[in-house]
Amino acid sequence: MSTVEPAVATPTLEVRNLQTSFFLRSGLARAVDGVSFTVGRGKVMGLVGESGSGKSITGFSIIGLVDPPGRVHGGEILFNGRDLTKLSETEMRRLRGNRIAMILQDPMMTLNPVLRIDTQMIETVQAHDRVSKSDARSRARDALGMVGIPSPEERLSSYPHQFSGGMRQRVAIAIAMLHRPDLIIADEPTTALDVTIQSQILAEVQKLAREFGTAVIWITHDLSVVAGLADDVAVMYAGRIVESGTVDDVLDRPRHPYTRGLIGSIPSRITQGERRLHQIPGMAPSLLALPKGCAFRARCPRAAAVCETPPEISVPAPGRTLRCFRPYDVELVS
Amino acid sequence: MTVSADTTVVAPEPAVPPAETTFQLLMREFLSSRLAILGLVVVVIFALAAILAPWLAPQNPYDLAQLNIMDSKMPPGSESMEGYRYWLGTDGQGRDMLSGILYGLRISLIVGAGSAVLACMFGASLGLLAGYVGGRIDAFIMRVVDLHLSFPTVLIALMILAVLGTGIMNVVIAIMVVEWAYYARTVRATAMVEREKEYVQAAECLVLPRRRILFRHLLPNCMPPLIVIATMQVARAISLEATLSFLGIGVPITEPSLGLLIANGYEHVLTGEYWISITPGVALLVLIVAINLVGDRLREILNPRNRT
Amino acid sequence: MTSWLLRRLMQALMVVTVVSMIVFAGVNVIGDPVEILISPEATQIEREQIITRLGLDQPIWKQYLAFVGNALQGNLGNSFVYNEPALDLVFSRLPATLELAFCAMLLGSLIGIPLGLFCGLYPDSKLSRLIMAGSILGFSLPTFWVGIIFIIVFSVHFGWLPSGGRGETVEFLGTRWSFLTLDGLQHLILPAINLALFKISMILRLTRAGTRETLSMDFIKFARAKGLKPRRIIGVHLMKSIMIPIVTVVGLEFGSVIAFAVVTESIFAWPGMGKLIIDSIYVLDRPVIVAYLIMIAVLFVVINLLVDVLYATLDPRVRVGGAA
Repeated sequence: MSTVEPAVATPTLEVRNLQTSFFLRSGLARAVDGVSFTVGRGKVMGLVGESGSGKSITGFSIIGLVDPPGRVHGGEILFNGRDLTKLSETEMRRLRGNRIAMILQDPMMTLNPVLRIDTQMIETVQAHDRVSKSDARSRARDALGMVGIPSPEERLSSYPHQFSGGMRQRVAIAIAMLHRPDLIIADEPTTALDVTIQSQILAEVQKLAREFGTAVIWITHDLSVVAGLADDVAVMYAGRIVESGTVDDVLDRPRHPYTRGLIGSIPSRITQGERRLHQIPGMAPSLLALPKGCAFRARCPRAAAVCETPPEISVPAPGRTLRCFRPYDVELVS
Repeated sequence: MTVSADTTVVAPEPAVPPAETTFQLLMREFLSSRLAILGLVVVVIFALAAILAPWLAPQNPYDLAQLNIMDSKMPPGSESMEGYRYWLGTDGQGRDMLSGILYGLRISLIVGAGSAVLACMFGASLGLLAGYVGGRIDAFIMRVVDLHLSFPTVLIALMILAVLGTGIMNVVIAIMVVEWAYYARTVRATAMVEREKEYVQAAECLVLPRRRILFRHLLPNCMPPLIVIATMQVARAISLEATLSFLGIGVPITEPSLGLLIANGYEHVLTGEYWISITPGVALLVLIVAINLVGDRLREILNPRNRT
Repeated sequence: MTSWLLRRLMQALMVVTVVSMIVFAGVNVIGDPVEILISPEATQIEREQIITRLGLDQPIWKQYLAFVGNALQGNLGNSFVYNEPALDLVFSRLPATLELAFCAMLLGSLIGIPLGLFCGLYPDSKLSRLIMAGSILGFSLPTFWVGIIFIIVFSVHFGWLPSGGRGETVEFLGTRWSFLTLDGLQHLILPAINLALFKISMILRLTRAGTRETLSMDFIKFARAKGLKPRRIIGVHLMKSIMIPIVTVVGLEFGSVIAFAVVTESIFAWPGMGKLIIDSIYVLDRPVIVAYLIMIAVLFVVINLLVDVLYATLDPRVRVGGAA
């Protein structure tokens, strides 16, 4: 997409026209419909949208964990230049947890409650590297220390329920970092946490990404998280990316009515008092009954007759994409 | 005392269209499964056969005068001395198996259904009370239920029969005591949910007598799970009765149920006269499976979770 | 943990007390205790002497205390039929029943868990549907009827296996066991399978439900995201999660298997406690009946207690967290 970036090495991840659908008895649900984006080394990309927008399915598609009846059935996922959609399950398994790691939303649920932390970490090390148990254990301990868990040696022999939510998420991040992956897919990892813990985790991830050159896809519904963390952002709606670009650019100069609606619904110092916090009317449409044309049409303040045909991707400015017939003008935003 | 108006009070039935259409809808859903239809047909035929046994049976199996010891242990399809055909053979005393089974079915069904009804009345009442009143009464009843359910059915029945002695009435009592707890648990769970709904609160606002709220307002809405469990429990009751009778601690020899017929035939199994045990066994089996098929289907259509 | 155990022990004691009251009341209030405790041949004078000696003219609560006192000393009266202490009699039959019950539970687990795992992992396959349909039969068929069919097919028709008895036994740990001889094993196999059928269905369904539920958990997804091999995910992550409820239920069901052994023992003439109680009910050998009922109640309570403790040791969340 980004045509003007200077010729650098291949980006860590390049997704092209990804199609992931659920083949249900009641019809075909296109959860991800023609999504394209790029994440460079050490970059954090925020993937933003409401629940059901397809952002999580995009993440699971990349790591190859979409369960039937869902299936990736179109497009390319180029990871360090290799198309993941063409790999066998065994090849994918060797990448998972090794070169591509994932962090899930609810830290209470991601760690197996009946296995000790060391078991769950050592097995991850040994799944990809032929090392002795004690070596694996010391790597696990280092990883725990790296994500800021005090007295990691003792904590290794604890069970998950002995950790707080934030600590568990740190453990999950430590597990994700065990093999110094090239890409981490974080699926709303801070949604279930307190705000203070959330910012600690964000800082942790940002630091790790910088330090090790890990690319991060941060899936969230919370634009304010993206604002503080990400380099780039892509806004998804009903299985498509409706607007993308660098974080500063998109957040300061949102052009798609949906992006603007999302920004308008964040409480902040700027909005306080000045104008009412507003909300986007209506609900996200069912994937089984998407309206023709622009899926956001029914909730869009600027919808017009032209929106009844599907909008194509345009590139309004270098590094930006937009999928809208009637975007806001750049100048309109303060 | 005061309100004669309570008959007209709109304590709204759950938000459904008039009763008949609901019934028709359920009926249609029920009939959409062939297995369920088969089960229902078998159950109805068996029930009719049991009711009409005195008229259908070629022979009164209890009338010793009609038995001919010369005809004993004849295989199915044989002809008697008088040129009379025993379709299912005869037992050790020359009794026509078909007649024996028809009469045995009668007893099995009476005991099964009877004890299930009694258990249902007793268990459902306690369950309603526990679910509606809550608090200590609830805690106490549920304690007893839990304790009860932690003991296996056969053991409880054995205990009771060991104390009371055998006989049809005692078997019914034993099975009732075994089963009431299942009803109580099911109804209590539903009642606890229903208690919070508006129609109950409406009835409470009108200060209707508690008994009326329990049985006229709450109970009808607890019916779906109750019907499902009652169906299953009838099958279990029949099975349990057969087991007890087979063990010789159930119904008396003068009024043999299917279980006792199977037991009577058991002594002939080792000498190769299988049919004396197998024919009533098949009847029992078909009956139990048929009731379970009906129950399974009822559970599917009455379970709100399966509703779309 | 200690206070929890103490509370649990108190509960167990309560249950035994309640059961003993019920049994006592059943025998002494509903039945005629004189008829139960005194042999029918006794003369009128002997009867009255015995009544006074046994304290049957005392108020009921005193009688109950006396009964408990005797029971605590292991004295539950003599069997009318065998003329030996009822409790000893029941104890002498216990090993045979335990042997049968243990084999049945073993079979139930060995068959039920793998089949349930398969049905849970491949819920839509034809074989799974077949297995599930079979398990409905296992649930609804009366045990005694299946036992008869077993005998007809395997003993009478094919003559492969014996139809009853324990076969040759060998002395081991002070009692005689069947499973140590080939002949004994042959005698054991049919009753054990018969008794196991219901448990197979139950364990199968439990395992399947647990598998299905656990597979949808995030930690399984996370385990996959870690790049673990399917064998490790199923063998460690899945199995360890579902084993806790399964072990609990298998333990609890052990008591019910002992109770249901009544039926199987009667069919296969297996000389265990169950056969004894049925025979005793026939001849109204009440001391034996009382001894059996009290014995099995205690057995039950002990099993429940053990399973609770086992559960607490198995599940790390219960082990360390709130032990309530």
